[in-house]
Amino acid sequence: MPIQVLMPALSPTMEKGNLAKWLKKEGETIKSGDVIAEIETDKATMEVEATDEGTLGKILIPEGTADVAVNTPIATILADGETAADLAKAPAAPAPAVAQEVAESRSPVGEGKPMISAPKAAAAPQAVAEPDPEVPAGTAMVTQTIREALRDAMAEEMRRDADVFVMGEEVAEYQGAYKVTQGLLQEFGPKRVIDTPITEHGFAGVGVGAAMTGLKPIVEFMTFNFAMQAIDQIINSAAKTLYMSGGQMGCSIVFRGPNGAAARVAAQHSQDYASWYSNIPGLKVIAPFSAADYKGLLKAAIRDPNPVIFLENEVLYGHTGEVPKLDDYVIPIGKARIARAGSHVSIISWSNGMTYALKAADELAKDGIEAEVIDLRTLRPMDTETIINSVKKTGRAVTVEEGWAQSGVGAEIAARIMEHAFDYLDAPVARVSGKDVPMPYAANLEKLALPSAAEVVEAAKAVCYR
Amino acid sequence: MASPKKAADKTNGSSPPEFTKEQELKALRDMLLIRRFEEKAGQLYGMGAIGGFCHLYIGQEAVVVGMQMALKQGDQVITGYRDHGHMLACGMDANGVMAELTGRRGGYSKGKGGSMHMFSMEKQFYGGHGIVGAQVSLGTGLAFANHYRGNDNVSVAYFGDGAANQGQVYESFNMAELWKLPVIYVIENNRYAMGTAVSRASAQQDFSKRGASFNIPGKQVDGMDVRAVKAAGDEAVAWCRAGKGPFILEMQTYRYRGHSMSDPAKYRTREEVEKVRHDQDPIEQVRNRLLAAKVSEADLKAIDAEVRDIVNASADFAQHDPEPDASELWTDVYR
Repeated sequence: MPIQVLMPALSPTMEKGNLAKWLKKEGETIKSGDVIAEIETDKATMEVEATDEGTLGKILIPEGTADVAVNTPIATILADGETAADLAKAPAAPAPAVAQEVAESRSPVGEGKPMISAPKAAAAPQAVAEPDPEVPAGTAMVTQTIREALRDAMAEEMRRDADVFVMGEEVAEYQGAYKVTQGLLQEFGPKRVIDTPITEHGFAGVGVGAAMTGLKPIVEFMTFNFAMQAIDQIINSAAKTLYMSGGQMGCSIVFRGPNGAAARVAAQHSQDYASWYSNIPGLKVIAPFSAADYKGLLKAAIRDPNPVIFLENEVLYGHTGEVPKLDDYVIPIGKARIARAGSHVSIISWSNGMTYALKAADELAKDGIEAEVIDLRTLRPMDTETIINSVKKTGRAVTVEEGWAQSGVGAEIAARIMEHAFDYLDAPVARVSGKDVPMPYAANLEKLALPSAAEVVEAAKAVCYR
Repeated sequence: MASPKKAADKTNGSSPPEFTKEQELKALRDMLLIRRFEEKAGQLYGMGAIGGFCHLYIGQEAVVVGMQMALKQGDQVITGYRDHGHMLACGMDANGVMAELTGRRGGYSKGKGGSMHMFSMEKQFYGGHGIVGAQVSLGTGLAFANHYRGNDNVSVAYFGDGAANQGQVYESFNMAELWKLPVIYVIENNRYAMGTAVSRASAQQDFSKRGASFNIPGKQVDGMDVRAVKAAGDEAVAWCRAGKGPFILEMQTYRYRGHSMSDPAKYRTREEVEKVRHDQDPIEQVRNRLLAAKVSEADLKAIDAEVRDIVNASADFAQHDPEPDASELWTDVYR
């Protein structure tokens, strides 16, 4: 049967075009790949290549015709052995239903209409977090620095699973730029504790590629400031592959290292990336405060089958805390912890923000304000339930973060409170955050740029109308 | 200038080792499958059945088919966005690839990936990556995993002359040689990075030398001759399997079609394209050798027909398979 050549769509948005020129005449032989015509779109003149072989039977749209709709038959090609007499047998143009479907699928989602009337998909599934593991009464506690808790978490997981390895700059021979990987090289050897060149983009990609085969890399960034060089691999390769592969190929990998402000290292080495990563579906984002949480959550992160961003804090590395002496202390990802119970105002923070929040709660108590302090621990998936339950009780909320306020995690928390507990609020949610400037070097300016316990006290009193 | 140079001269002026008749027939069949598949994809794009970006591999078929003939089961393949040919060469099912192009549930990624994002654990095909150069670090990671596990698998990371200018390529070269990772970097030099000719973008236009400062050996190969590709692939594979580290192959090839479907191709003349097609077409080379070896026209037509049937069936499947269920929107974000 003769083959119809249709007016092609030469760009994702093309609906019609001008048939500028025929380069083949009726009766000429056509091979697959031959340019048979030129078509002008609003953007450019394009060539039409034949995808079928035979003889050009009949030109249906003469050259010079303007505004030919996509999918209009423009010519017929006769296959070997067919003659002009077969032309009558050419199939009719594709059913309009097909064209209709195509036109619809090409209009941008929600164009010209409010998003709310877009075809309804089932609601996004809500993550349900498990409670912390029970620590049996009488369990011995070890006093450890956060740095040691992290090292123990990695060592325990590396003993447990030969697919776990750690790579990064200075993680092996130097024993870690911040001594977090101290002793790992001695125990596990250079095959599993790998010093990389200074090449963040490259080794992040190598880690993700290894994870795609089922290995479980722990990629240490000397600081998350340097991970900006690698953020393409983290987001485009690690976070999206499971979805893009229809669930076929995932990536179990931990990216960890110090995040946020250190001390006196100025703008390029003092930035909080919590809100950046917490924006990305496909990533889990953890930012603990206590030594026990650092240990239990890093173990959970290493076991998790998804890419996990584990944000540590340099200022906290040397802080000590009580860690349960258990063989396998794993804290579920996605569950906040009530660090201090109270009934007058909810203060919500994580990582080093907790330092200001807890200090402020002590101060507030002196004035008779009992603050409930929530340590989020995980930022994605966020434990909305714990936040909302607290706000329903207190009617007031203050968020505390070292990062910038605009599009920050505090902004997200405030939005969720508004969405789920608007009627319970007795005051607008207040945000305490890093100031909207690059981090200054001078000691006094740096102090001003960061949040403080005093600012948290002030915000809490403001929402309590005190 | 702009046609793929005859690189055979550089490999001691000798022509590549002859193929057996079986190898010639297999190469012909696999290259034809890619070409017909891509032509059909272009046609479906023109009909609006395929949306977004669609980068066709027509003209470059000998590269992936010849390389695949040098690999064994367990070896991994990863590439960029011009990836349909690689998937077919790896043995992935034409229906699943075409249905992914049309965004249907029977596609390799359930319709959620599209032209640039398909994967097959079964065939050890690791994508399909849309960020130019990203697959080079990832492919180095595949080799890292082979090294870590102590198996003898080799990974092949394909990228273009354009991607060869990305920084992470050299970060990867450094680590691959430093750690002696079994990875073959196949640079498909099709002479144009989108619309920019190699001469306008590359200070060092001999891509086989791009690993020189890392001591990675490289070779320029006539990427239009499937036998030359296979021979170079054999050499590189042997090097990698012997634990000597990475190897670079510059495949001098040519893309007949535009960079993507909406490319008016004003950066080169029609005569240039026609000349390569006429003088160096990888499929015609094999066909002519087979005819000279007295394989009948009828036998070759039978291969044509078999390939066309596969491609037509895939187009039919891809247009009739349903779109993914709306519930799929929320699946596969996390495991």
